[in-house]
Amino acid sequence: MTTADGGTDKLSPVLEAALSLLEGQVTGYHAFRGDDTVLVKASHRLEGTRALKDAEGLAFDLLMDTTVVDWPDDDERFEVVDHLFSTKHHHRLRVKYRVTEEDPSIPSITPLYGSANWMEREAWDMFGVKFAGHPDLRRILLYEEFEGFPLRKDYDKLDAQPLFEPRYHGTRESDG
Amino acid sequence: MAVGDPLVQLGTPEAPADDFKNKVWTTRVDAVLGWARKFSLFQYPFVTACCGMEFMAVSANHYDTDRFGAALPRFSPRQADMLMIVGTITHKQAPVLRTVYEQMCDPKWVVAVGACAVSGGFYQNYTSVAGADKVVPVDVYIPGCPPRPETILDAILMLQEKIQNQHHEV
Repeated sequence: MTTADGGTDKLSPVLEAALSLLEGQVTGYHAFRGDDTVLVKASHRLEGTRALKDAEGLAFDLLMDTTVVDWPDDDERFEVVDHLFSTKHHHRLRVKYRVTEEDPSIPSITPLYGSANWMEREAWDMFGVKFAGHPDLRRILLYEEFEGFPLRKDYDKLDAQPLFEPRYHGTRESDG
Repeated sequence: MAVGDPLVQLGTPEAPADDFKNKVWTTRVDAVLGWARKFSLFQYPFVTACCGMEFMAVSANHYDTDRFGAALPRFSPRQADMLMIVGTITHKQAPVLRTVYEQMCDPKWVVAVGACAVSGGFYQNYTSVAGADKVVPVDVYIPGCPPRPETILDAILMLQEKIQNQHHEV
């Protein structure tokens, strides 16, 4: 986790404003070539994003994406990443949160952004990260009978769970 | 006597050449039904992925499937006789494909368009079925990612040849 050098490297105004707004809940930040990232405590996701959305100078009114990164060797295994964009000021921010495997729960931002609904459903489907307060948290890409979370690093990518009896068994590794 | 030979010699006083009622064609039922069915294929475009772009291109006026009689898509399986599986079949989609195939009435033919429908393509994971023929029997396989429109037309011609030469239940 790199931190921008406050002395020689000036922080971009977006990053400065975000850091001062989320004071106390920030666990780190970094910036590289115009990409600003803030690392925030997971429990603060809803209030923090609301503050970022409502602030006049930031006005992040578009949630571009919510996704999850699996770091299997870390204690806090899942990193929830939000990409925010402001259509008024045309600036972006990436906000990252960490949750553990034992309690992979993080507040949902569906009250703020409509697009968060399906993005969080995909994160649940693929990684098993629960979004507290989500109105309809169920699988979106896979079928209900599927067991497990396939984009976790410990899920064997060839482990298919067919719903039908194949007409023959082939020779590829992914065949039954 | 070959298919198409007239039964009687025309041009005689008993059978003038322009006497329509003396012209008889003999053939086999299989050949006639094959001829009729091959030139009036109603396709069910079961399009799931990028090969659908090539399917649209081959149906449009530049490459044109209408020349071969296979222009009209029918989005109800009851009205279609050729199931074109265009694109990747996933495990979630496989029961749907099977249901559509079983709802089609005989005679029916299945064409697998593109590498994903043929063998799973470059996908080898928990979600893609390694070939649509795991789910339904396939008559013609079209390789390519995506196949050129000319390849798809060649496959329609190949299917027409198959239909012409097969036995048709009456």
